[in-house]
Amino acid sequence: MNRIYKHRLFWPVLSLLVLIVVNTIARPQFIEITLQDGRLYGALIDILRNSAPLMLVALGMTIVIATRGIDLSVGAVMAVSGAVALTIIDRSGSPGAVGTVFVAVIVAILVSLVLGAWNGFLVSVLKIQPIIATLVLMLAGRGVALLITGGFITTVNSEPFAFIASGYVLLLPVAFFISIAAIAAVALVERRTALGVLTESVGINPEASRLAGVRSRGIIWGAYMVSGTLAGAAGVIYASNIKAADANAAGLFIELYAILAVVLGGTSLAGGKFSIAGTVIGVFIIQTLESTILFLGVPSAQSPVFFAVVVVVVVVAQSQRMRGAIARVGDAFRKQDAPERDDEKVEVAR
Amino acid sequence: MDQAHPLLELTGATVRFGADAALRDVSLRLFPGEVHSLMGENGAGKSTLIKAVTGALRMDEGELRLDGERVEFATPHEAQRAGISTVYQEIELLPNLSVAENIFIGRDVGRSGLVSRGEMVARAREVLGGLGLTDVDPRALLGSHSVAVQQLVAIARAVTADVRVLVLDEPTSSLDVDEVAELFRVIRELQSRGVAILFVSHFIEQVYEICDRITVLRDGVLVGEYLTRELLRIDLVHKMLGHDATAHRERENPSADRPEGEVLLSARGLRVGQSLEAADVDLGKGEVLGVAGLLGSGRTSLARALTGVARADAGIIRIEEHAVDLDSPRRAITLGVVYSSENRLRDGIVAELSVLENITLALQAERGALKPIPMDRRRELAQSWVDALDIRPADLDRPAGLLSGGNQQKVLLARLLALSPRLLVLDEPTRGIDVGAKVEVQNLVGELADNGVSVVFISAELEEVMRVGDRVAVLRDGRIVDTLASGELTADALLALVAQPEDEGE
Repeated sequence: MNRIYKHRLFWPVLSLLVLIVVNTIARPQFIEITLQDGRLYGALIDILRNSAPLMLVALGMTIVIATRGIDLSVGAVMAVSGAVALTIIDRSGSPGAVGTVFVAVIVAILVSLVLGAWNGFLVSVLKIQPIIATLVLMLAGRGVALLITGGFITTVNSEPFAFIASGYVLLLPVAFFISIAAIAAVALVERRTALGVLTESVGINPEASRLAGVRSRGIIWGAYMVSGTLAGAAGVIYASNIKAADANAAGLFIELYAILAVVLGGTSLAGGKFSIAGTVIGVFIIQTLESTILFLGVPSAQSPVFFAVVVVVVVVAQSQRMRGAIARVGDAFRKQDAPERDDEKVEVAR
Repeated sequence: MDQAHPLLELTGATVRFGADAALRDVSLRLFPGEVHSLMGENGAGKSTLIKAVTGALRMDEGELRLDGERVEFATPHEAQRAGISTVYQEIELLPNLSVAENIFIGRDVGRSGLVSRGEMVARAREVLGGLGLTDVDPRALLGSHSVAVQQLVAIARAVTADVRVLVLDEPTSSLDVDEVAELFRVIRELQSRGVAILFVSHFIEQVYEICDRITVLRDGVLVGEYLTRELLRIDLVHKMLGHDATAHRERENPSADRPEGEVLLSARGLRVGQSLEAADVDLGKGEVLGVAGLLGSGRTSLARALTGVARADAGIIRIEEHAVDLDSPRRAITLGVVYSSENRLRDGIVAELSVLENITLALQAERGALKPIPMDRRRELAQSWVDALDIRPADLDRPAGLLSGGNQQKVLLARLLALSPRLLVLDEPTRGIDVGAKVEVQNLVGELADNGVSVVFISAELEEVMRVGDRVAVLRDGRIVDTLASGELTADALLALVAQPEDEGE
């Protein structure tokens, strides 16, 4: 039991479970999943589907944060990516063709990769502080997206494109499978190669890593490229969901939610050790919280306050100091109630 | 002066960081109107002691008395209010504010907390004038003044009307001769006001010029307190570096038996900034070159230039007769040249990674991120090093930062040895580690040399350098003043070479 309690994913998982339980108590149908026309429906399925863009962005953010960096430009990259994809589909002769959509998506993601490489260049080669380097693109990116769409919200009617966000395969939403694929790809690359350890090493102690011969430039550069690419894919999903490229609204504030998801998942903003599983849970916590706000009918004007209150509670509960305090209070109570049990504990500890 | 009561008295000070004690049962006395020097090599515990006195660090044990009354400071601010001010090595002023503003930051000026500009400038002028700094304009931006003036402004800031103890941590390291003279004039001015000054510097000449009394620390322990005029320079150096009478296994295959002429590395005319000048180094295969020198003698610059950590500004390095451009540690590693930093925690161990990950880090980095060493191979490799070097606890998955200093050093050595290097440059590998581990490291160097690995062994402990090295290069003031076979050296002769001050030379 003690080992479970000390596991670093204990608190994130507990927070998520508590949120689900609270929702279920408030409205039992929250947990219901129904099967209709070969598709699963329900609040939980919606969470899986709607969390996809944040999931992709947060995965990239995890890697960047592990290198002691941060990527504020992810929302703007999403906007650019959506604008590129929609513009290609819109201008093509056959917006409904699978080939058109395929080309549009690939080009959009490649453009995002280039934007990520730009961030990585500023940070790893020119040694500009990550927060400033990515701020540049955060501010400029939406302008670029508006430039691409000509200042309008481009909308398209394309069955295959809409399928990305709204389609179903094997009972489940396509977007969810994209999430799974991204999680698996990032986890495989980081943990099946040595990239994860070298990334952590660079994040924990850059100078020691340099002396050990680690190519920190390439590792940091790569992290921003991954972040840009995943943000681009997130931008495609977002655009597919609304069937439009909205340069102002796409991915707005998503960088902040992504950072929050990473932190909720137990990865320190100081860099170093990172947890992909933690980030996944962090994303689900945020998405469940958003659903909760809808579900409990919190008026939209007050929802940011409600969101903030819950986040503060979760973050405070996870903090080392608070945990220490809780443990001390717990000990004090136990001593009062049953002093003899204390001896037992000592025995066990031996 | 001894009859007077000490103004500040520290007794039994002990500070622990995890398993290591940085300070063990150390005492310090400061009398009013004296300049007192705190001497010791890197890691002797000087900074820790300063922090304990100025409230920047809490002591685990020990007692601090100010004017005979027991005091405890939780923060530097509390210490400052009690009259203990500190000026740190790195100037912590704001270059974009005026001199007057810098002097009064954090002080209470004006009744309402609002600061009247005119009053501030007038009072700054007063403070500066009190220190004889009449030619410094309090309205000018601090950044427009020289480093020396900035240093003096930092002191002016520390000197409030009620300052009683002033701690100066390496105040002269970035000053030239005239500037040092100016600083000393200010110090004497304060001394005449009855302020007790703790002067920390590794410049022995300056210590002898200004200080009345010297406290020497070594490895976190008090060596003694001496009157400067009664302590010969050579004895001071001896006390700082210390004796080390531990068992050392004789080399089975001393270099005298080796055939001459197999040169691995030769360096000519290496220059690194101000710290190393025209250094020539020759190193045979399987040879151990000891490097002896005080802190600031250029010993670390030499090590870093030889290993690509800091590119030399001038000079040429040849490895097996090929000129090489060592522009990064990575390049040096591919040539078989590896470096172990004197600063284990900052430049060595990746504290939150496990022992296993730390040991395999450099090897993995050399192979590239995409070619992972298979997990069972990594464990086997790490385990073999843990066994070979007797790393304790023998837990591969423990974060390396939780190990003791000696074991961290061994982990670091294992990381480098896993690369099968041809040249190992060890910068103070035995500093701050316990005696047993020290001997193990020394013996390991001998074994490596027997197996054909060349080693550059830098240490502040002269006897260690002599015992481990086949030859000893003596560094002083950024120059290699001599290179001698260690068999021909005695401890006293080496001490004299290391400590010899400029003006007594030749």
